[in-house]
Amino acid sequence: MSISQEDIKGILESETFRALVRKRVSVTLTLTIVMLVVYFGFILTIAFNKELLAAKIGEHMTIGLPIGIGIIVFAWLLTGVYTRWANSSYDRSVRELRKKITSH
Amino acid sequence: METFQTTLGQANPASIAIFFTFVAITLGITYWAAKRTKTTSEFYAADRSISGFQNGLALSGDYMSAASFLGIAGMVALKGYDGLIYSIGFLVGWPLVMFLIAEPLRNLGKFTFADVVAFRLRQKPVRIASSVGSLMTIVFYLIAQMVGAGSLVQILFGLPYEFAVIIVGLVMIAYVTFGGMLATTWVQIIKAVLLIGGATFLVIITLAQFGFSPVELFRQASMKYGDAVLSPGGFVTNPWDAISLGIALILGTAGLPHILMRFFTVPDAKQARKSVFVATGFIGYFYILTFVIGFGAMVLVGHDTILGVDKGGNMAALLLSESVGGQFFLGFIAAVAFATILAVVAGLTLSGASTLSHDLYVNVFKSGHADEAGEVRVAKIATLCIGALAIILGLVFKGQNVAFTVGLAFAIAASANFPSLVMSILWKKYTTKGAVASIVTGAGLAVVLIVLSPTVWVDIIGNEAPIFPLKNPALFSMSASFLVGIVVSLFTREPDAADKFEDEKLRTYLGVGAE
Repeated sequence: MSISQEDIKGILESETFRALVRKRVSVTLTLTIVMLVVYFGFILTIAFNKELLAAKIGEHMTIGLPIGIGIIVFAWLLTGVYTRWANSSYDRSVRELRKKITSH
Repeated sequence: METFQTTLGQANPASIAIFFTFVAITLGITYWAAKRTKTTSEFYAADRSISGFQNGLALSGDYMSAASFLGIAGMVALKGYDGLIYSIGFLVGWPLVMFLIAEPLRNLGKFTFADVVAFRLRQKPVRIASSVGSLMTIVFYLIAQMVGAGSLVQILFGLPYEFAVIIVGLVMIAYVTFGGMLATTWVQIIKAVLLIGGATFLVIITLAQFGFSPVELFRQASMKYGDAVLSPGGFVTNPWDAISLGIALILGTAGLPHILMRFFTVPDAKQARKSVFVATGFIGYFYILTFVIGFGAMVLVGHDTILGVDKGGNMAALLLSESVGGQFFLGFIAAVAFATILAVVAGLTLSGASTLSHDLYVNVFKSGHADEAGEVRVAKIATLCIGALAIILGLVFKGQNVAFTVGLAFAIAASANFPSLVMSILWKKYTTKGAVASIVTGAGLAVVLIVLSPTVWVDIIGNEAPIFPLKNPALFSMSASFLVGIVVSLFTREPDAADKFEDEKLRTYLGVGAE
């Protein structure tokens, strides 16, 4: 692929590319923060108020059990959300930008 | 309930047969892989021929160590809910690997994560510093694995400790030296399938005893040991300890060299992404199984029997296997646990060898100019060295309390590897001096602070009170590493690196020019 410095500069400074980078950074940072808030929220709840998770939701069942298992499932679903977004929206923009590069 | 008598500790013919079948099959695969392992790209990265799904399985194989299977199941069996809290910490690092690391790493790097850190900085100093972080992580992780292998075999089969350490060492050296990444990947995949399959079957036959109702299982557990087992106990008491351990587990996962290296085996960023999705699913599913296995052992085997075999509770899953599945099934699970150690150690060794040969020999000693054949030869010699080191570490640390080394490996990965990787990907003003200072600070502090912490200073050395209060140093060492990296970068100027950051974006975000 032969591509001149000017072309590179043109793409890097194009609004499409900048928007793509901004979007990626905001999506990934948002998802990261969501995961950290859920996890550390869980840990701090345990540290400061264990009774909350010991609350009974059945005769021999605590609310902590579905919440704990739920966090594992949630972490996985979050990777699914990202994968879906990246496979459709992000990859489409990447393809379009790459086409511009190869057409030069 | 009648007391359950275990046959653990006696030679189990089924187990030995299954284990040697596993070794024979994987060595056969190694023979096949050896013919496809000639170039550097083939040796380090299986010629980027692994699919996203396969790599997802292999990643989970690399990550699900015997410690997480036997250790967490044992913790659940003895403490109940607290074991779940611990396993959640091991899982939530994976989404972060996906969001922050996997794709830029795949696009920018070639064979090791140091490729990415050194991408636009001065090669030699950054490679040397990254190698230190990488090798320290690997060595501490290896110690835990090798000592675990020896002790496990001693308890399981009544065979000598040294015998197990040497077998694991030799077989693993054979995989990696001859079969490179291709053989290592298939060892991981087979092991992951056996482990997940075995654990699934164990959960099914366990739940069958409770009318396939987890609620009934929890009911009997709380009848036997009280409602306390169903809610958080003593695992999280000091919030700072909990946060620091959480940081080590989460960010450490995103900085483990043998995990990061796997992203170079797939063809592109899209497959890298897919592999994390698959890996997170399998690992999460596995931890849920482990939780049920732990409770099953609590009810069907009981604390007294579990503690009678091993004070740490590590044999709970195996005792349950024997109790519900009989001797043959015990043999199967025991063989799988042993194979698990073998596979993890192979992944660690390959990653250590690539650091020695690709980062240090080629890019530091040879200034980036080495011919293909020469580099592969050096990589194989490096494999022998790391393999020999693993055996020696296993023998030297026999009988020592090495439980802290896994926490330390994660702390170093979180404090040296992760900050340098993230800053080099995201921050334009990051400089060579900043990177070196950040890595040295993170790795150095992690080691010094853990020695002064309750984990080593009190529990192992036997002092009265710790000098550093937290059990895991990651909160402090990781923050210091970022801080030092930022401050030093701001005080040093490297216009070249900042310029290259812009060009690098085409590769980071679009994959243009990715290898």
